[in-house]
Amino acid sequence: MDTTTTDHAADIDRHVRVYITVFASLMVLTIVTVGVSRFHFPVPVAVTLALLVATVKGTLVACYFMHLISEKKLIIAIMALTVVFFLVLVALPILTVSDGLGIHG
Amino acid sequence: MDIPYAVEARRDTGLTNGKIGIWLFLASEVMLFGALFASYILIRTGSPSWPRGDTILSVPMATFNTLVLISSSVTMVMAWASLMRHRFETFRMYMGATILLGLVFLVVKYFEYSEHIHAGEVPSHSNFLAIYYTLTGLHMLHVAGGMAVNAYFWGPGAKLWKTNPEWFTNRVEHSGLFWHFVDLVWIFLFPTLYLL
Repeated sequence: MDTTTTDHAADIDRHVRVYITVFASLMVLTIVTVGVSRFHFPVPVAVTLALLVATVKGTLVACYFMHLISEKKLIIAIMALTVVFFLVLVALPILTVSDGLGIHG
Repeated sequence: MDIPYAVEARRDTGLTNGKIGIWLFLASEVMLFGALFASYILIRTGSPSWPRGDTILSVPMATFNTLVLISSSVTMVMAWASLMRHRFETFRMYMGATILLGLVFLVVKYFEYSEHIHAGEVPSHSNFLAIYYTLTGLHMLHVAGGMAVNAYFWGPGAKLWKTNPEWFTNRVEHSGLFWHFVDLVWIFLFPTLYLL
């Protein structure tokens, strides 16, 4: 086995250790999500906590399993733009309600 | 004729065509699920009352399914890592496990759906159930689609490994990106529908 092959193997081994750590973190965070929901917090607090934990989990999956953390700038730019449009899309119905145009307005 | 830029990166993007293609597809998928999440918010905020998910749906079943899907994501990435280390048999083991875990997810979902349907809790029963079936149904279709692609790479598609291992590894990576996306969507669906 030459030096390049050894380096490559060591690199993959390091990746595998990261995958296992992320896997364990995702498992723990899933239990945390379910645990927090049992406290029956008021809806705004419960939504914030649940989405916060889900965002952390989603970021771990995207960054490490999907390798977004080491991806080319073009891919990161495409996904960043997508996230912006996604946030606008989900913010629209919230704004519709909060500015008094919704049913509860 | 060979497909261009399947293995070597294009000079302008620094990426293979397959890689940029799958990410653009995932961007469109984010918007598809985004539209449904926006619909969910609109229906929920416009409704005079909304049930907590855990009063209607089975949290233990969904928690189990969440753990299954997360496990399948790690076996998927391990399948790709095995190819990077030129261990084809290990790849098949991990890819087989990924497909089986996907199947477990669908079987659990089948029991969950059956329970509701037998109790008369069909989409027309309430807004909550309508959006629940729409979101989880679309997600299930994605799981089934991902399983079909993974099964192809586990079975007949694996012939490519003998003739062009780098291209095969890239294809498995792209399939993995889709599979992780399916996991990512569920990570948000689970608390949104079952716990809030």
